[in-house]
Amino acid sequence: MSIIQIKNVDLYYDKHHALKNITGEIKERSITALIGPSGCGKSTFLRTLNRMNDMIQGVHIEGEVLVAEQNIYHEDVNVENLRKNIGMVFQQPNPFPKSIYDNIAFGTRIHGMRDRKELDEVVEQSLKAAALWEEVKDILKKPAYGLSGGQQQRLCIARALAVNPQILLMDEPTSALDPISTAKIEELIGELRKQYTIVIVTHNMQQAARISDETAFFLQGEVIEFDTTEKIFHTPSDQRTEDYIAGRFG
Amino acid sequence: MNEAVLKNARNRLAGSQSQKEISGIVQKKRMNREDLIVKSILFLCAMVSVLTTIGIVAVLLVETLSFFKDVSLLSFLTDTKWTPLFKPEHFGILSLLSGSVLITLGASLVALPLGLMTAIYLSEYADDRVRRVIKPILEVLAGIPTIVYGYFALTFVTPLFRMIFPDMGVFNALSASIVVGIMILPMVASLSEDAMVSVPKSLRNGAYALGATRLEVARKVVVPAAFSGIISSFVLAISRAIGETMIVTIAAGATPKLTMNPLESVQTMTSYIVQVSLGDIQHGSIEYKTIFAVGMTLFVLTFLINLIAQWLKRRFKEEY
Ligand SMILES: Nc1ncnc2c1ncn2[C@@H]1O[C@H](COP(=O)(O)OP(=O)(O)OP(=O)(O)O)[C@@H](O)[C@H]1O
Ligand SMILES: [Mg+2]
Repeated sequence: MSIIQIKNVDLYYDKHHALKNITGEIKERSITALIGPSGCGKSTFLRTLNRMNDMIQGVHIEGEVLVAEQNIYHEDVNVENLRKNIGMVFQQPNPFPKSIYDNIAFGTRIHGMRDRKELDEVVEQSLKAAALWEEVKDILKKPAYGLSGGQQQRLCIARALAVNPQILLMDEPTSALDPISTAKIEELIGELRKQYTIVIVTHNMQQAARISDETAFFLQGEVIEFDTTEKIFHTPSDQRTEDYIAGRFG
Repeated sequence: MNEAVLKNARNRLAGSQSQKEISGIVQKKRMNREDLIVKSILFLCAMVSVLTTIGIVAVLLVETLSFFKDVSLLSFLTDTKWTPLFKPEHFGILSLLSGSVLITLGASLVALPLGLMTAIYLSEYADDRVRRVIKPILEVLAGIPTIVYGYFALTFVTPLFRMIFPDMGVFNALSASIVVGIMILPMVASLSEDAMVSVPKSLRNGAYALGATRLEVARKVVVPAAFSGIISSFVLAISRAIGETMIVTIAAGATPKLTMNPLESVQTMTSYIVQVSLGDIQHGSIEYKTIFAVGMTLFVLTFLINLIAQWLKRRFKEEY
């Protein structure tokens, strides 16, 4: 079943036409990989799914994005609530300059949870879900900036999980990390797919092939091909997809 | 001319180009006379301000010590009257201190919250076009001579308040402190905004992506992360309010009084110093020495505020 439907989405940064007539579906509890050369609009597309583009001045969007059948660009959509349900992890780990505990509790607190016991529980569960608990359980009060890059990224994943989203958007979450941290996060993503729908941008073809169920290939603001990862990587229908995957450009 | 061309050609023929480059990597150190001269001049410039500071503190200290030979520290700190210019003489700094504190408190009540909110508005809410208009206006406001503010207090703000409080005097702490607040407001707003703008975008995005509203992002991410810069702007502004002379001399009056009633006329430490400096006080007399004792008190007060600020910054530091 598809949880997100994208219908004829066009996006402009002022005059610059960055997304061109994008249509597609994202299946529930699956991993969708977005691939394509730099500047083709992957991050832009990802941000249309939780309306993070709203923060950028001069952005203009046409078309519809339906999440659970509701158009998220309808004027009376509660954007904060939408973003709570659609978590996002960024390319550079961006923990807040606060303690590990306060980082995880941040989202739950702003959504109204005050009870210390409940917060403790959320923090523990989220860190466990992000496979970070064992490493940080004794230093929860320490600043998050003391963690390694890989740990910080898992902290950011835990932070996103803490507000109990259904969908997780990840923009090149491992591109700033070493191979071991990358492997850990890939393993974690594999675990998360059981409960969450994940959309992940990656420049790493092996990563896309390894972890995703579906793959969308972007080129210059267009989706060239959007199909099962199996098909995209083995029998692509478009020559350009084949060329890109074979490393002939980009 | 011809010779140069020839020489060039010869060099090229000899193929010395590549050789020269390799041998040119490591050269002998040049006799750097220029560097030395520049360095000395700059050092002298730096010394001017260091020496001036030392000089000021030394004069302040010497005269203050000599003041305390005549007046006990205890009565200076506990006497509630300040009447050094007529008999019976009293040297209770509290009367001037309360004037300064009253003005500074009032000014801070105006400038700190308003300045912080202006900064939050500019850095988190306003779009670029609005910011580009308001920022320069703030800077112009910060550059208005304080005497203009003084007359603004006396001839505009005071009459306004006298419509509400008819028995309020022409000289009063209320309008002076509000106008001092207006004077330091742009400084708070502008410096706090600088601190907030330099908080990385990625932190804001992290919070927005969790479903935070603009206000939550401002209050829980940006302000805490910019805390140290915001506190610095507060301290600078408060120090300026304590040191502000012209506005209070014109609008607050010249009545040293231990009071916290803003409707009354008061005298601050600074305006006392002005009053005495302008009068014909004999050099070396006790009246003369009072201005150094008062100046020293100002100095200590500002120093204490800086210490508190340092402590606050360390206590609530969020590094990014
Ligand atoms: N904030 C912005 N303002 C204006 N133009 C932008 C903005 N962000 C992206 N663009 C433009 O939109 C296009 C798509 O950018 P986007 O960041 O989505 O690409 P991407 O596929 O994520 O690239 P990369 O792989 O390098 O991250 C680019 O041409 C880019 O210059
Ligand atoms: Mg990108």
